[in-house]
Amino acid sequence: MAETPQEAVQLKGIPQETFQALQERFPEAVQPARYEGALVPAEKIVEVVRFLRDELGYIFLSNLTATDYLDVKGVEPHIDVVYHLFRMQGGYAALHVEIPREIGKAHLPSVTSLFPSAMLQEREVYDMFGVKFDGHPDLRRLLMWEGFDGYPLRKDWKEVYYEGETKPYRSRYPKGGHPIYAEELSPLKDNIRYPEGWSPQAWDYDEADRLLYERMLSAHRDPDKPLKTDEMIINFGPHHPSTHGVFRMAVRLDGETVRHLEPVFGYLHRNHEKIGERNTWIQNIPFTDRLDYINGMTNNWAYIVALEKLLGWEVPERAEYIRVIVGEFSRIVNHMLAAGFFSNELGLYFTGSLYALEEREHILDLFEALSGARMMFNYMRPGGVRYDLPEGWLEKAKALAYERIPRKVEQMAHFLLDNDVVKARTMGVGVLPPDVAIASGITGPVLRASGVAYDIRRAEPYSLYDQLDFDVAVRTHGDAYDRLAIRFDEIWQSLRILRQVLENIPEGPIVAKKPSHRLKVPAGETYGRIEAPKGELGFYLVSLGKFNPYRYHIRSTSLLNLTALSDMTRGLKVADIVTVLGSIDLTMGEVDR
Amino acid sequence: MYGFGVLKTLGIAFYHFVLTYVDDVKMGFGKRYTPEHLPERQGVEGRGIYTVRYPKERLPLPERSRNHPFLVYIEETGKLKCTACGICAQACPVQCIWIERAKDPETGKPLSYPAAFHIDQGLCIGCGMCAEFCPFDSIKMDIEYENASYTRPGFVGIEELKKPESYHAKIHPTDYAREMEEKRLKEERKRKAAAAKAAKAKAAAAKKEAAKRPPDKTS
Repeated sequence: MAETPQEAVQLKGIPQETFQALQERFPEAVQPARYEGALVPAEKIVEVVRFLRDELGYIFLSNLTATDYLDVKGVEPHIDVVYHLFRMQGGYAALHVEIPREIGKAHLPSVTSLFPSAMLQEREVYDMFGVKFDGHPDLRRLLMWEGFDGYPLRKDWKEVYYEGETKPYRSRYPKGGHPIYAEELSPLKDNIRYPEGWSPQAWDYDEADRLLYERMLSAHRDPDKPLKTDEMIINFGPHHPSTHGVFRMAVRLDGETVRHLEPVFGYLHRNHEKIGERNTWIQNIPFTDRLDYINGMTNNWAYIVALEKLLGWEVPERAEYIRVIVGEFSRIVNHMLAAGFFSNELGLYFTGSLYALEEREHILDLFEALSGARMMFNYMRPGGVRYDLPEGWLEKAKALAYERIPRKVEQMAHFLLDNDVVKARTMGVGVLPPDVAIASGITGPVLRASGVAYDIRRAEPYSLYDQLDFDVAVRTHGDAYDRLAIRFDEIWQSLRILRQVLENIPEGPIVAKKPSHRLKVPAGETYGRIEAPKGELGFYLVSLGKFNPYRYHIRSTSLLNLTALSDMTRGLKVADIVTVLGSIDLTMGEVDR
Repeated sequence: MYGFGVLKTLGIAFYHFVLTYVDDVKMGFGKRYTPEHLPERQGVEGRGIYTVRYPKERLPLPERSRNHPFLVYIEETGKLKCTACGICAQACPVQCIWIERAKDPETGKPLSYPAAFHIDQGLCIGCGMCAEFCPFDSIKMDIEYENASYTRPGFVGIEELKKPESYHAKIHPTDYAREMEEKRLKEERKRKAAAAKAAKAKAAAAKKEAAKRPPDKTS
């Protein structure tokens, strides 16, 4: 029995009592040397996950990803699949499964029967690593197209502009006098590389979408339909004006009723995670801005929270206050824009969004004065923040948070929430039951609108949130109207938080120690997360003690919130698809990464 | 009641229309377009619809506003502050900086200034990492934002990148003041160190002198 304090300290990534219970039930589960959490044999994973879910209360499968271990000193080449399961009251259990790397041998049982939240994530692992999940109902590629050459996140896969394994590249200094463009490195002088014996002319387009349409035709068939009507498949997007970017929905319609919907994305895919593995730790910060481009500040923050967990650095109090201020302002921006563009989707065209954009300008002015940029802030650093508040900033922020934003939010909420047309279009539309929401890995306002009071700021407080006084906004119907209204509730709570932090911000240093441009991070792995405006934003980082992360995975909020889109739209009319999609509030930059 | 809703909507639109002119009355007509009033009209207190007529009028940028990097040179000597240490090239997240260190043509020894410095303007994401990690304050971020061009800007060299220190002082007054303060402190420390060294040398010399003297004389 692990009773001694030393052993308790050693156990990382899983609570002590969980690990004991797990080992009593499954003696095969061991404490691995290299990983956090518990190592489980592949054939037992479904039973272990069921045990954790049903008997130990880990009802939320938040993150599922993999790491390819190749050419690591002292480690057999293998792929490690990792599951991060959470309790609603905080604390996570990490499960690891080691499987061989060879394509064909790399497979393990799927947990989608227990957690629908694994649907998209297992597809992503299959797409990026070539790992097959036995029993997955719809194992297609997620971000790349069918027929894509190779598995991009495997360590032996090289991108078109491949220049070196890690940055900084050797050629830049001291003999960088003869610069070359990246595309000159590519054989086709373009961002394209074809597999051997493949030509674009001979490519069969139907083959690429064959799996999708097979799925479309087979899923959720109703054999007892009273009228044997024909059903048809239409494609919403990828260039539909109300899909927030390049996002496609294949919809099977029976008349005007939606029978099945499959989201298709990856049009913005840029292999962010591979770029992140090439970058040094510090160089990743500006890249995180480009995930959910409306909330650069919270993206920075989530990455820094994970990084600081690995580094074990303390953050000065003033820096924490500044982080909370910018984080909450960012939440206000996001929620106002979400509500504004939602009205856009209902057919109000730009009236609603311009109310939101007007206030966003003021907040972006504050952010620009603080960080130097309006969207790509690159503001947070491990151990603190980049700049101190400039002169007069606090007064402006106070005027905005105390007077202008409350006035405008009240006005906007009144125009939208008391509007008969909005009510008629949204009430009772796209209802998401709480149990489905939790099982599907939905987080943020969408989950809270279904009546689940789950907010990471309360469930697992980071930064200052344990000292601040605020409520977790909850609505109970789980329809599109509640998802709209809860955004305004959260703005009021954010304003309440701002009132406390803007008044009490202490003097002092803003950074514990200035990080070096080549920061070395101790070996280890971690999963850090924050409550971003759209929901849980997590970063899974693996360090081998070098200048670059070995694995850099983003648990994307928008991607996971899409899991339930199919369920939410089933049985609705075509016009309601856009309503439901708008009420989820997603950013394609974060979905596709 | 639908007719009432339409009226209410029109009322809101009219309210916004009136608000647009309230400030005009308050400030006095004509003042509205003066540059001093732009931030006020568009600021936190501003009400109503108000547009900055962009190419004619511009809002002032905050000091930290950043776009593309430039190299600082000292006007008196015409020399770059850059010492070709290569930290900016290492810190750059997109690796768009290519820097070549100058070599002494006779001995082949590396010198402390760059022979070539290229930035791929099309690749630069304006993150400011180079300026942040530069230990010599020799690369700074420009506030110039009208960079559109008909052709690909591509690589730009030292000639296009260099700007005088006075320009840096003008656009970044706070940052420049910090630099000057650091420089002053450094010089003071140097002077103090030199003074201490001189005093020490003097003391040592005196001691030596004392040691040289025959002991019997003093006793």
